[in-house]
Amino acid sequence: MQIHSFPIHRIHDLLETRQIGAVETVSEFLERISAIDPGLNAYLATFGEKAIEEAKLYDSGARDFSASPLAGAPVAIKDVIAIKGELTTCGSRILKDFVSPYNATVTEKLRRAGAIFLGKTNLDEFAMGSSTENSAFVKTRNPWDRQRVPGGSSGGSAAAVAAGLCAGALGTDTGGSIRQPASFCGVVGLKPTYGRVSRFGLVAFASSLDQIGPITRDVEDAAIMLQAIAGYDPSDSTSVDLPVPQYRAALKQSIKGLRLGIPREYFIEGTHPEVEAAVRTAIETCSRLGATIVDISLPHTEYGIAAYYIIAPAEASSNLARYDGVKYGHRAKNGADLLDTYRKSRSEGFGAEVKRRIMLGTYVLSAGYYDAYYKKASQVRTLIRRDFLEAFQKCDAILAPVSPIPAFKLGEKSNDPLQMYLSDVFTLPASLAGIPGISVPCGFTTEHLPIGLQILGPHFREELVLRVAHQFEQASSFHLLAPEME
Amino acid sequence: MDSKITRDEVRHVALLARLELSDAEEELMTGQMNGILEYVDKLNELDTKEVEPMTHAIELRNVFRPDRVVPSLDRNDALANAPGTDGVNFVVPRVL
Repeated sequence: MQIHSFPIHRIHDLLETRQIGAVETVSEFLERISAIDPGLNAYLATFGEKAIEEAKLYDSGARDFSASPLAGAPVAIKDVIAIKGELTTCGSRILKDFVSPYNATVTEKLRRAGAIFLGKTNLDEFAMGSSTENSAFVKTRNPWDRQRVPGGSSGGSAAAVAAGLCAGALGTDTGGSIRQPASFCGVVGLKPTYGRVSRFGLVAFASSLDQIGPITRDVEDAAIMLQAIAGYDPSDSTSVDLPVPQYRAALKQSIKGLRLGIPREYFIEGTHPEVEAAVRTAIETCSRLGATIVDISLPHTEYGIAAYYIIAPAEASSNLARYDGVKYGHRAKNGADLLDTYRKSRSEGFGAEVKRRIMLGTYVLSAGYYDAYYKKASQVRTLIRRDFLEAFQKCDAILAPVSPIPAFKLGEKSNDPLQMYLSDVFTLPASLAGIPGISVPCGFTTEHLPIGLQILGPHFREELVLRVAHQFEQASSFHLLAPEME
Repeated sequence: MDSKITRDEVRHVALLARLELSDAEEELMTGQMNGILEYVDKLNELDTKEVEPMTHAIELRNVFRPDRVVPSLDRNDALANAPGTDGVNFVVPRVL
């Protein structure tokens, strides 16, 4: 059976009705990882034996599939999220040997829901990047075209789901790092509202932006995984104590009568014509399903990149100050004194993009420049958020492209950081505003590269975003296609 | 055109950031930071005099907990990842 090609909810049905076994399921994924991943590099580490041991508990009846829809589900975790006793490298040489002394809240919750961890997935170092080329260890390849990037920074997670090397995965999104790789790899990726999911045990990049979310084969799986990880956590004081809706139940309702906004600023020159055409067709599909399509404007969209690339590096420079070669992480051998040890350890441990962002962030926060850069960017952030709040007076959710371009070639943008940043134009504003967004497959280019439709909703309205995504997905068939991997 | 940041300033920022850049890195960094800083100047097209800065994606009040000692990370676990310890403390190179 092609278990690896099934979504979590189907695998769970088969497990629960004993048509397949848990060990059989986990083994199929592990064998596939051994066979295929050497050519893809989606994983940084795999937990084969432990995964089989956990699966045996289900087959022996010691654990019960009916406990949760994730019971027995083989999943992967982006290597910036802690699993106790396992390496958490963040794709960085500076944390190459770091073993997590505790579980992240999300890994604890997934484990309690019965998910089985297959391994940790590759990423841009400290989640800084849009192509996963900034990993210190390996370059992940796009399963649809190995000459191309999987997107980033959750490129390993997206590639693993697309290639059938796990049934679902966790990613993190600071400026698009779940949605963009999901779009490049033809899978579903959900960035929840800021505060919806606890970040305890997530290694911090930009604390006013970072969120954890699922990358899955279909929207129903995204609802299932979000259900398991959402909610208030006393260990993360930025998580929000609001009731968590029943996401899976919300999917079934039609979108008839919903007002879907089309922001004119997201349909601009420079967008790949096939991307625009696929998104336009998706909008027509939603219209056919009974939604009302309304034109809206998000006038400050074009300032999102500039605001983000001040705010995120500023926060990163502060967060990454902790890597000093004292409490954990790489320490240089030949430091003359403590200051010299700090500088050498950090310079040896961090890669070029991380250094660039630490430098930028340090500069914009340094004496005399704070008002001109950080404060200015934070004010523009208010304007961007206001754009969305005003738009949601006129519409219930927003439809747009995820990325102006499909997956690009390895090396194509890696020498020009600004060009790389510019490709984030359509994902950054939602991150700055803190609203939820999803990428759902909506087509392919003539070169067979996946295209993603982005659906954005108001704060804490994931159930609405998921519902629109599910209704669109069920009216299309793109999520059923998988890349040729043999 | 005047550059936004000179090579000397890049060297100074590297010290503030506790980084040490090679000559080649310094030169590349100066060029790239200038490109990015010129780009973000775009924000000055907007008049933000009356706009409150946004520091967080959602409104948060300060979160307090009772000032009580509770169990935390075990010392051995806390030391386990350290590059230098004497079994009780973190050990670092001399400061002075």
